[in-house]
Amino acid sequence: MPAVSKGDGMRGLAVFISDIRNCKSKEAEIKRINKELANIRSKFKGDKALDGYSKKKYVCKLLFIFLLGHDIDFGHMEAVNLLSSNKYTEKQIGYLFISVLVNSNSELIRLINNAIKNDLSSRNPTFMCLALHCIANVGSREMAEAFASEIPRILVAGDTMDSVKQSAALCLLRLYKTSPDLVLMGEWTSRVVHLLNDQHMGVVTAAISLITCLSQKNPDEFKTCVSLAVSRLSRIVSSASTDLQDYTYYFVPAPWLSCKLLRLLQCYPPPEDGAVKGRLVECLETILNKAQEPPKSKKVQHSNAKNAILFEAISLIIHYDSEPNLLVRACNQLGQFLQHRETNLRYLALESMCTLASSEFSHEAVKTHIETVINALKTERDVSVRQRAADLLYAMCDRSNAKQIVAEMLSYLETADYSIREEMVLKVAILAEKYAVDYSWYVDTILNLIRIAGDYVSEEVWYRVIQIVINRDDVQGYAAKTVFEALQAPACHENMVKVGGYILGEFGNLIAGDPRSSPLVQFNLLHSKFHLCSVPTRALLLSAYIKFINLFPETKATIQEVLRCDSQIRNSDVELQQRAVEYLKLSSIASTDVLATVLEEMPPFPERESSILAKLKKKKGPGAVSVTELEDNKREGGELNGGGDRGPDTAAMAASNASTPSPSADLLGIRSAAPVGAPPASTGSLLVDVFSEAGPAAPSAAVNDDGFLSSAPPSEDPAPPLSEADELLNKFVCKNNGVLFENQLLQIGIKSEYRQNLGRMYLFYGNKTSVQFASFTTTVSCPGDLQSHILFLNVQTKPVEPLVEGGAQIQQVLNIECLTDFSDAPLLNIKFRYGGALQNLTLKLPVTINKFFQPTEMSSHDFFQRWKQLSQPQQEAQKIFKANHSMDTEVLKAKLLGLGTALLDNVDPNPENYVCAGVIQTKSQQVGCLLRLEPNAQAQMYRLTLRCSKDSVSRRLCELLAQQF
Amino acid sequence: MQFMLLFSRQGKLRLQKWYVPLSDKERKKISRDLVQTILARKPKMCSFLEWRDLKIVYKRYASLYFCCAVEDQDNELITLEIIHRYVELLDKYFGSVCELDIIFNFEKAYFILDEFLLGGEAQETSKKNVLKAIEQADLLQEVSQTPKIFT
Repeated sequence: MPAVSKGDGMRGLAVFISDIRNCKSKEAEIKRINKELANIRSKFKGDKALDGYSKKKYVCKLLFIFLLGHDIDFGHMEAVNLLSSNKYTEKQIGYLFISVLVNSNSELIRLINNAIKNDLSSRNPTFMCLALHCIANVGSREMAEAFASEIPRILVAGDTMDSVKQSAALCLLRLYKTSPDLVLMGEWTSRVVHLLNDQHMGVVTAAISLITCLSQKNPDEFKTCVSLAVSRLSRIVSSASTDLQDYTYYFVPAPWLSCKLLRLLQCYPPPEDGAVKGRLVECLETILNKAQEPPKSKKVQHSNAKNAILFEAISLIIHYDSEPNLLVRACNQLGQFLQHRETNLRYLALESMCTLASSEFSHEAVKTHIETVINALKTERDVSVRQRAADLLYAMCDRSNAKQIVAEMLSYLETADYSIREEMVLKVAILAEKYAVDYSWYVDTILNLIRIAGDYVSEEVWYRVIQIVINRDDVQGYAAKTVFEALQAPACHENMVKVGGYILGEFGNLIAGDPRSSPLVQFNLLHSKFHLCSVPTRALLLSAYIKFINLFPETKATIQEVLRCDSQIRNSDVELQQRAVEYLKLSSIASTDVLATVLEEMPPFPERESSILAKLKKKKGPGAVSVTELEDNKREGGELNGGGDRGPDTAAMAASNASTPSPSADLLGIRSAAPVGAPPASTGSLLVDVFSEAGPAAPSAAVNDDGFLSSAPPSEDPAPPLSEADELLNKFVCKNNGVLFENQLLQIGIKSEYRQNLGRMYLFYGNKTSVQFASFTTTVSCPGDLQSHILFLNVQTKPVEPLVEGGAQIQQVLNIECLTDFSDAPLLNIKFRYGGALQNLTLKLPVTINKFFQPTEMSSHDFFQRWKQLSQPQQEAQKIFKANHSMDTEVLKAKLLGLGTALLDNVDPNPENYVCAGVIQTKSQQVGCLLRLEPNAQAQMYRLTLRCSKDSVSRRLCELLAQQF
Repeated sequence: MQFMLLFSRQGKLRLQKWYVPLSDKERKKISRDLVQTILARKPKMCSFLEWRDLKIVYKRYASLYFCCAVEDQDNELITLEIIHRYVELLDKYFGSVCELDIIFNFEKAYFILDEFLLGGEAQETSKKNVLKAIEQADLLQEVSQTPKIFT
């Protein structure tokens, strides 16, 4: 046992811990623990009242057992009792137990809150700190409800001790993170911001975390913090290393505070005030200079602290993206780190340079390091560093270095770690396509990719190469020749067979003149792979064969022979069997003309967003692909796919539709391909599905539209929503009151109001007949994720009176809480008996995500600054659509105001346009939204663009609003 | 910061501090996965890694690994120094700290951490001030405690 006797020793606890450590096996440990649990339980249950010390000791033992990973289901009450002890040591253990083990047991929470309340008002700073620590550690909603209004008072009160202020600030931060709706700074805002000026460095250090978080959510209210932060930073940066006494860390003045200040500034655009901005730029320059000075200590802590500030400063410089000098200097300093002996610095430099590569000012400077980065990819021993190097190569790639980078990535792929291969494959595929000037290079690259890392080549990648080959007739012959050669390898990847089958089926004729690749040679080559392939590939090959019959009549007999053999025509797989039978029949009865029409070459695919890019985005999450990339892709994609001269309408739609491949591959698309002109079927061919605009058809969405009066469904189950439910919903997007529904029997009126993430809705059910409605019931079902049982909206109702007299109206109140953003509206099901017949109808309640908007006023500068910040491609949703309603200015304004956002004047340089800003309040988070509506009166069209901090919100709002104008 | 874990070379958790609400089950799974991942890494490797959507910063001190999970925009190097400062605090308090001190006085390790970090953010970075707070508390204990020795 170690000889620490600080504070109080609990001998019994130490003995118990020793016992556990001496256990030779897991079983022995469990046995010892069970013995102890039984002992403690009997003590707690015993008649003799335990003294505080024993209670503390046992609670501490329970805590130890829990931390070993065992379940504890008692002792909570004893721990709560300790809270009200006036002995510090007992209180402290009580709080620790609660912090680690408490769950939202409502009975207990009340008792705990009571104890906390007492300690908070005790005026004893040590007790107050304990209580605040407990709140910060548990951070539950119940605690927020109880204390969120009290803590700001403690934080700013003049007589609060510094240590209490520090705890109060971070305690409030924790509560704000869990329950932002309950923490209202309001009147305290300015005093909290002024904590940045506090004498005590510890208070500033704690308060700044709170201010940063609040600024992210409410930038306008806290914007005075910018100049305060700059002057505080400036004082620290220019101080000598000894000025700040104990806040100097290994000769670096206040590194934590400096980083936090730089981080706070990243919530804002560059300061508008010239003097403040000048001072800040000076600070940043000093930081860059200091990083170059010889170290004051050899300790790694010294250089880490210094470089932590440097990296944070560089983040700020990148965030501003407006000071070319600083950007280039940052890049050069990072360049020195690329070959530093510390792995950590190499890693961080590679990471940070990735963001520098996307700035127009520093892109070229980053490119100068290409050789070092390639070297890192080859020689780094740590896979996480190699991953960063690969990311940086991807980020710095442009037309000038694409061939070199792609070649390096390909050669790295041969030995790359399995964990990063798939992502590497996607990146190579994207770069090859994006920077392909020479399409034979593109085809070579993708085929190499399949050869080297076939297992990691996802469907999206090989679909894409086929799409491009189909659309570019100058590369088709080369593609056929190359793929034919690649197939000759004795063991080639199945993905190669797929590409080969498809391309030879379409363009085999282009190389058939060479006797080495005559039609029969081609066919035999493909067919030699057939038996090694999976069912979808075999299906694709069968389609290639029938295409061969059309391309090369001389192969007809051989292929028919193959189709006719038992292993095809009686294949146990239905799809294969059907294809064999149908193709055999088709080839025997159809005339060459019919055959030629049916089996005509695939028409060019419509231009659309690369499915590979979509996949990479999905894989890496937001931020993986920069906007410039996406825009480049749109621009250059047109070039690649052969003249996309479609209207903006289709382009926009294409971008918003993600492709959904169907599992079985087919290259004919007989039923849905353009030449035959049959309507697309849901069993249509793979490639048509993948690239078609609409994605898989959803016939099941058709809704039972039975007349409500005539034939109510006999079942007691809620009816499916009315077919016009969506239309009714749309009427209420921009307004809160009105008649939701009316037929001959019933009228339903609505009044609603919303505040923050809460709403209240009054429903008025009016009986229009003279006959009583019996068994009148209503139920509301909320949207949510069925699989994870997560609710998006919480709607509470009280049951209504079951009888509604003729001519009478009854009222129902719904309380609505928005938990997280959502797309589907809650469903309201109404059932009643009218003259014996059960009426059953389901409507969508007009609760849409925009109801939880809080308008945000901002200046033109702020608006566009924020617009720029929301520049990740997923954050934007755009629609171009025909006007459905009047384009009159006043009508539009009224609608936009009804939406709940602030309509901003004098923001958009074009006075015809409308811009709006707002924050959607949900329980789990706040989502900032910016909207821009550009009407074109001549064309009677609109372009609507939304940028939100959460992509699903952008999409949903865009859908909702496109119906409104 | 989202959480901090201390574990031994044998993979035994010595301290766990969670700053985000997670169920017991999730916590166990996260600890298990992370401990495995980190123990599998070689000594000269970099102290940072991407893990799920978090950044992991870790460092080994003698037989103990200190590991923090921070968010994407957080600063890795300063987190590394948070770890170091915590080690310094433990060291100063226990007097050249070793793993056993943390096992037998786990509650102290938690108290010191709470004085230094709260809600996942640095509350007080001055070594003197943190230790002063802890020592004051110890003093309170000695004053108020009536000595009792039985188990």
